[in-house]
Amino acid sequence: MDVFLQTLVAGILKGGLYALIGMGMTLIMGVMGIINLAQGQLMMVSMYITYVLFSVFKIDPYLSLLIAMPALFLLGVLIQRQLLNPLMKVETILPHNQVLMTVGIGMVLTEVIRFIFKSDYRSVSTTYSNQTFFLGHISFSVALTVAFFIAVAFTLAMFWFLMKTDLGRSIRATAQDKDAATLMGVNTARITVITFGLGSALAACAGTLLAPVFYIFPDIGGPFTSKAFVITILGGLGSTVGAIFGGLTLGIAESMGPTYLGMDYENIIGMVIFVLVLVFLPSGFKRLTKI
Amino acid sequence: MSFFKADNLVKHFGGLAAVNNVSFEVRKGEIFGLIGPNGSGKTTTFNLISGIHRLNSGKVIFKGQEIHRLPTHKICKLGIGRTFQVVKPLGRMTVLDNVIAAAFVRVNTMREARELALQTIDFCGLLPVQNLLAKSLPIAWRKRLEITRAMATRPDLLLLDETSAGLNPTELLKAIELIKKIRDSGTTVIIIEHIMHVIMSISDRIHAINFGQTIGEGTPQEVAQNKAVIEAYLGTDYA
Amino acid sequence: MLSEMKKNLYPLIFLLALAVFPFLAREEYYEHLVILFMMWVIIGSSWNLLAGYTGRVSFGHAAFFGSGAYAAGLLTYHYGISPWWGMATGGLLATAVAFPFGWITFRLRGAYFALATLALNEVLKDAAKIAEPLTNGMVGILIMPTFSSKLPYYYIIMAMMVLTILCMRLTVHSKLGYYFVSIREDQDAAESMGINTTRYKMISLGIGTFWTGLAGAFYMNYMGFIDPSVVFSLQDISIAAVLVGIVGGAGTIYGPAVGAFVMIAVQEFFRSGFFGVFKYFGDKTGSAAFATLSEFVKSAHALGFGLLVIFVILLLPNGIVGDWGKIKKRVFRVKTVG
Repeated sequence: MDVFLQTLVAGILKGGLYALIGMGMTLIMGVMGIINLAQGQLMMVSMYITYVLFSVFKIDPYLSLLIAMPALFLLGVLIQRQLLNPLMKVETILPHNQVLMTVGIGMVLTEVIRFIFKSDYRSVSTTYSNQTFFLGHISFSVALTVAFFIAVAFTLAMFWFLMKTDLGRSIRATAQDKDAATLMGVNTARITVITFGLGSALAACAGTLLAPVFYIFPDIGGPFTSKAFVITILGGLGSTVGAIFGGLTLGIAESMGPTYLGMDYENIIGMVIFVLVLVFLPSGFKRLTKI
Repeated sequence: MSFFKADNLVKHFGGLAAVNNVSFEVRKGEIFGLIGPNGSGKTTTFNLISGIHRLNSGKVIFKGQEIHRLPTHKICKLGIGRTFQVVKPLGRMTVLDNVIAAAFVRVNTMREARELALQTIDFCGLLPVQNLLAKSLPIAWRKRLEITRAMATRPDLLLLDETSAGLNPTELLKAIELIKKIRDSGTTVIIIEHIMHVIMSISDRIHAINFGQTIGEGTPQEVAQNKAVIEAYLGTDYA
Repeated sequence: MLSEMKKNLYPLIFLLALAVFPFLAREEYYEHLVILFMMWVIIGSSWNLLAGYTGRVSFGHAAFFGSGAYAAGLLTYHYGISPWWGMATGGLLATAVAFPFGWITFRLRGAYFALATLALNEVLKDAAKIAEPLTNGMVGILIMPTFSSKLPYYYIIMAMMVLTILCMRLTVHSKLGYYFVSIREDQDAAESMGINTTRYKMISLGIGTFWTGLAGAFYMNYMGFIDPSVVFSLQDISIAAVLVGIVGGAGTIYGPAVGAFVMIAVQEFFRSGFFGVFKYFGDKTGSAAFATLSEFVKSAHALGFGLLVIFVILLLPNGIVGDWGKIKKRVFRVKTVG
């Protein structure tokens, strides 16, 4: 029983963070209809920013959120404006050009980082990186727990933003029907740019929060992109609440897999769930929610 | 044995009955009209006949065979062709290629398909544009392409869904001509139309529906004087 | 008639050049490059049939390449059967994997299907790593190559390439081709035209994976060594396949060949440090700057790949063959009508 609870806890904590990455991707998916396959790479960039801020300027990761998130927001805005917006008007045989463009962007991000930092594994070792605390027999990683609560805070902030602010409503409107939104006075061109920025900022948040806990290397982006789209599909494309459920589900599954099936099954279990959901529940958990 | 019979068709979408016990019979060789205000269930009825939606209950019987459980492509092979209200040209193929693709349901070799396609294109008056890309055509030609493609499948029954919407008076006259030509060549036609004088002038009989239910059937003259029909279109003041 | 002959002339000339190339090449390394090129023409063409013509874009084609490679390798590894028999089974195993996959995913449209292929890629890769008794896990499979020189491999892959292209041409200009494109353009319209879209999607999947599986089996024979991270590689095989298809021009017959050429050329450009030009200048002038530049370019080939993707999508979205008119206008200042 203890093992089960321990695994569950670890899964939930990780899942909360995964939800952040998933939310970023699903937001972009909902508004622009593109699958951002560079989501993990954007997160990776943020991890490196955190690393530099920590190792050179001795800034604590949780503080570097204030730098990393705006930085990635700007990067996202630039990417959308210069590279993705121009594609929206072009008609091609394969409509997947936008998705492919994000793949190219992901590759470039990875290689540029690799050029600057080489492929060595880096780590951000704070005082609390390895600390744990106990509730009964269950151990909680301090870093993950703090990250979890910050992630929850940002998630709630995201909801408040989407539901209560004008900009948030404009984003939701654009996601539901771009043309109708335009007719209602929403500057959809600006919204798409802002949304990509937001999605990138969310990836940055996840990256910075995870930096104290994961080894950092250029290729870490890829697996996280995979996780992000599994979460997005699980939750239902465009559904922010769904992304939360998706993130938790994946986190728990990835925890249970290695514990009960073996170390090698960590990634494969995510993929199998993914295919199952694609086939049997194509709209994901979205049905349960309204955003 | 009737040529075509729709028997108590019922289709629900969620809580809404889009089609609620609609029945009618179509005789071979006639032009049968289906009218009703917007949202009355006309296109849904077509979708039920051509297998795009599944019936909740009821039957569709064509040439003595129950077809309502068959997939769309089989229904086409059995001899029912259709056009879509919002036209679906195969945009990046030429007009000729569009029709050749349709012809392949009846023949097997490239040469035969090309021949059948050209014959159909000639019949429908699209020869001048055969080498243009479908997506470059203006709406009137697109609608004509839609019909041509359906005709290349050599249907015994053709379902025309609002082929006149968006056409100017000249184009309209030509469209009516084509439909009559199609009937004269041996194809039975069920036509959904909004534009009254089109459907009144070419239909042999008309079936009227509103809110998914039958409100009248008969010759054009009879239907024109049907109180429920007038009410549906113009409101109770005119009935 | 003349244009028909002209259309066949260029490919034939190119084929002739390929045939005599081994005797002109100074190093075996260049033979190796052309062998890779021809292998990629096969992978790209079969990807293109599925994605470019039928509209079912695959982001995980390595799943089929790897299946083919393992089919050939495992037969030798476990039963000592000559890996050339594995060639035949390579294509068949790839298709055997594709069909149930296609069956499960036939309802999926567009991007969902693409993601599913990505998932299949990852699942097979992990499965190959985990199933050690069968596949030797991460260690991979090592077999003795049949031939010691590259020449026989060269002509074998060339024959396979010609077969693939002929298959493509035959398919595209037949009922199959028309049906595939109809499905791509509008699936609902296709159904109402009497096209059994499920059946034809499966056929397209079958052809589009068979040749890739065959290429995988060839790879096993040629390289003598495979492991899961190489033959099921997302970046080096799956994304590369997409790139080859898109750079050349999806939905064209010779597009993939052009794409394969560009990809190999770009990779070689980087690996050799701009074809050794920088090194040449470095030696001539004794300047260290050229040496560093050369080193930088060499290590940047993955970066170059990524930039190529971005560049092509931004400027040549229909590929080199697809946007050839555009290129002619800009580069050659050819005047086109309208």
